Amino acid sequence: MMAFLLYWTPLALVLVSAFAGAVIFVAGERRWLLRTILNLAAAVIKLLLVILIGILVLNGHTPEFRVALVPNLDLVLRADALSLLFASLSAVLWMVTTVYAIAYLERSPNRARFFGFFSLCVAATMGISLAGNLLTFFIFYELLTLTTWPLVVHTGTAAAIRSGRTYLRYTLSGGVLFLIGLIWLYGLAGPQDFIAGGTLAEYGVDARFSLQVIFVLMTIGMGVKAALVPLHGWLPEAMVAPAPVSALLHAVAVVKAGAFGLVRLVEDVFGPQLVADLGLDLPLLLAAAVTILYGSFQALRQVDLKKRLAFSTVSQVSYIILGIAIGGPIATTGGIVHLVHQGLMKIILFFCAGIFGNLLGIKYIHQLDGVGRRMPWTSACFTVGALGMIGLPPVAGFISKWYLGAGAVAVDRAWVVGVLVASTILNASYFLPVIKRIWLNPPPDKWPSEVQVSRIEAASLVGPAIAAAGLALGVGLFAGHPLSPLNWVAGIVTGYFP
Amino acid sequence: MTAEALALIVFLPLLAACAAVAFPGRWLGWIVRIGLLPLPVLMLAPTLAVLDQNVIHLALAGHASPLGIEWRLDPLSLLMLWLNVGITVLISLHAGVSFRPDSDRGQRFWPLWLILFASMNALVLSADLFNLYVTLELVTLAAIGLIAVESKPAALRAGMRYLLLALMASLLYLLGVGLIYGQTGTLDLYLIAEQIEPGWLPVTAMALMIVGLLIKSAVFPLHAWLPAAHGNAPGPVSAILSAMVVKVSIYMIWRLWFWGAAGWDLATAANLMGLLGAAAIVYGSLAALVQDRLKMIVAYSTVAQLGYLMLLFPLASTLAFQAASYHLLSHGLAKAAMFLAAANILSSVGTDRLQRLAGVDQRRPLDVFALALGGVSILGLPPSGGFVAKWLFLEAAWHQQAWGWLVLVAAGGLLAAAYLFRVLGVICLHPRKRLNRRQHREIPNLASVAALILAVSAIAAGFFSAPVLSLISAGLPPGVTP
Repeated sequence: MMAFLLYWTPLALVLVSAFAGAVIFVAGERRWLLRTILNLAAAVIKLLLVILIGILVLNGHTPEFRVALVPNLDLVLRADALSLLFASLSAVLWMVTTVYAIAYLERSPNRARFFGFFSLCVAATMGISLAGNLLTFFIFYELLTLTTWPLVVHTGTAAAIRSGRTYLRYTLSGGVLFLIGLIWLYGLAGPQDFIAGGTLAEYGVDARFSLQVIFVLMTIGMGVKAALVPLHGWLPEAMVAPAPVSALLHAVAVVKAGAFGLVRLVEDVFGPQLVADLGLDLPLLLAAAVTILYGSFQALRQVDLKKRLAFSTVSQVSYIILGIAIGGPIATTGGIVHLVHQGLMKIILFFCAGIFGNLLGIKYIHQLDGVGRRMPWTSACFTVGALGMIGLPPVAGFISKWYLGAGAVAVDRAWVVGVLVASTILNASYFLPVIKRIWLNPPPDKWPSEVQVSRIEAASLVGPAIAAAGLALGVGLFAGHPLSPLNWVAGIVTGYFP
Repeated sequence: MTAEALALIVFLPLLAACAAVAFPGRWLGWIVRIGLLPLPVLMLAPTLAVLDQNVIHLALAGHASPLGIEWRLDPLSLLMLWLNVGITVLISLHAGVSFRPDSDRGQRFWPLWLILFASMNALVLSADLFNLYVTLELVTLAAIGLIAVESKPAALRAGMRYLLLALMASLLYLLGVGLIYGQTGTLDLYLIAEQIEPGWLPVTAMALMIVGLLIKSAVFPLHAWLPAAHGNAPGPVSAILSAMVVKVSIYMIWRLWFWGAAGWDLATAANLMGLLGAAAIVYGSLAALVQDRLKMIVAYSTVAQLGYLMLLFPLASTLAFQAASYHLLSHGLAKAAMFLAAANILSSVGTDRLQRLAGVDQRRPLDVFALALGGVSILGLPPSGGFVAKWLFLEAAWHQQAWGWLVLVAAGGLLAAAYLFRVLGVICLHPRKRLNRRQHREIPNLASVAALILAVSAIAAGFFSAPVLSLISAGLPPGVTP
């Protein structure tokens, strides 16, 4: 029984959503009830499976599914502590996003296609989180590109098709570089599973140049999705997609896939020590620092609310990369835990932006005047998310920034603290005016285009935002709890720095 | 047992074709079923035999080589045979509704279809140069008949052009065969390697045969006939043309090159062939990018994809053999799916001009899905058969430090992405004002299901490659390094 569970649960976690997606496609446009039940059931089953796997991992087991794709090339799905972190983040956020998306898309056409690909997208993200080696990671990484494209172009406008094209141009080119790096690595060292601390140290002397090139190729390949400057161009453009898609792209799936991949690459393939020996940590650190400052600076210049959030994502995701590039256990903890924190905070902001846009027709920041009186709950959630992004305690974002700063000082890279401070000032200067508008400015006589919705619909839009805000506050307040993301990550990081 | 099964695999469809000509009426549907459906079952005996003995020789009717017809079945030909049987049966599902056996069109279509099927099976089994010639002629003539079966002007013109070029190609090939026969006194493909040394005469003979076959397989720059022929033929015909017909002549080139000319030093020529392949990939993809009809895009995509099969010549290793054979398989499945889907869209909308296809995904979701899935395999994105082939190609290139080929294969997918997502982008465009309010013809679901089965198989090929790959590595030509 145990062996059965350990072998099949990782695969089941991936296939639940894939199966739901396939059924949704087949069921067609008109079966609203079936589709909704399937969506929610798949989300709940997924959450239960993650909990089951979590219990298994806590008891010292390693669930692993392994099958040979090509002789000598294994598809490996394995649940270790890091994959569980990402998987549980995805499963929780998917749950809330599904509720939100069902309400959000209530009146729009092509819902079967949307939810079908939405589910496939979850399946791909689960595959990414459980991938046990780079090949498996690559497969799901490319699958994610494919399944998000129909979501980006969902509205079918010329602008959407255009941004879909940009999206593909970036991600597919990145995928090609990734593939070349992957072939190179497999040729050099053979197939290697992810192992904490890396497996390539023995090649560090003889194949120094090859390893450097491989690292750069793969960093570019993943940096595209993680929106490292100058590879970020697709992200602001992808804003034409419906709000649940943006929430998903920004908070969980796509950008996180890139960031998560970089964590895997640095910590579990190369190992932090080897990355430092190859002289690659400083370039990565600089790229992350530039991205943080550039993203914040661009966000300041945007007048479109979703665009401002998009550039804020560009900036925030690089905190993760910053953390692993600084090195040392404290900063690495801060970086990886930001994977969770940024996801929670960003999804609130996009939910709220979607509600403002959908119910009041608000697209630009100046239209937000006085919205706090009209929609207090949504506005409160937005405020929590924004303050967290700035790094105000007790919201989760504070913890990430604190650990990053402390970690940088601990490894004698105090200048990084300067970057963090500058970024915080920029964050404050693009979020605080928005918060002021929401709460202090007088509301207009008429909202741009107001829509009346039923109570249930309103609740299923605002409920997910409130849930996410509660989580973002909770992981910040209870960071000391043994099962909090922070302590979970701290446990993972001890494996990288013995 | 094996001998009888193999004989039936060739002669059952052939007899069915004769019967279809003789009794074109109510019984046609059953004749076709009898000619096609037992084949997958019949394949089991030869499959087991090959797994057991690797190579099987067979003299038809007991006459040995010089006089009689000799067949030879090895792992590579077994793969081709399975591919032909599988793809033909699946496409026949579609043809069963697009060329209903009880219709006038169907009565013209099915005899030719069965002849094409039988002659491709015979070609794959043939072991001597002259039989290869005869079967290849049959394949070509049946294919041309099928292109023209609907008597549309564009198809007739394309068929005529194909006919003239194919005849010229046959002459070149036959000339080469004559020269070889004069030299060696044998026609056995697997014996000539021992009998001839590379001199100017055998080299000329070989070159003539290969150029002839390059024309038939539409390898750049000899591809001019292909897009028009494949793009204007009826759906099932386009599908089989791209999936199998061009492949069997490439298969013959592989046979001549690696078995017939085993031991020759062909490094320069091999690089030249590889360069032709590279040019085909780049040119075919770029040409596909500027077409304005869906079927023409898919047809030019075939020109590009055939280029990958040419990379076998410069790489020539176990991995490259696995890569090229697997590419042949997955491209066959994917391209057949795409052509069938395109044909369904064409007959539903009434045109396949790209600008009329906006929003077609709402009306024909299954076909668009099949088209997209096939496209994923063509792009070589994981998980799909195309990805397995691409991965093996990359690995083969890496092991030989052939960086040029490596970059070509890695970047080739981007070119394919450019033209495929151009199509999908247009299809997913939903203008506020409907551009095409015209009547949409309903077409049977089975037609879409056939396309979808092929497309899903192309994706599934990404997961179940191990048995096929080990089969291929059991049938390597002499002298190929592991």
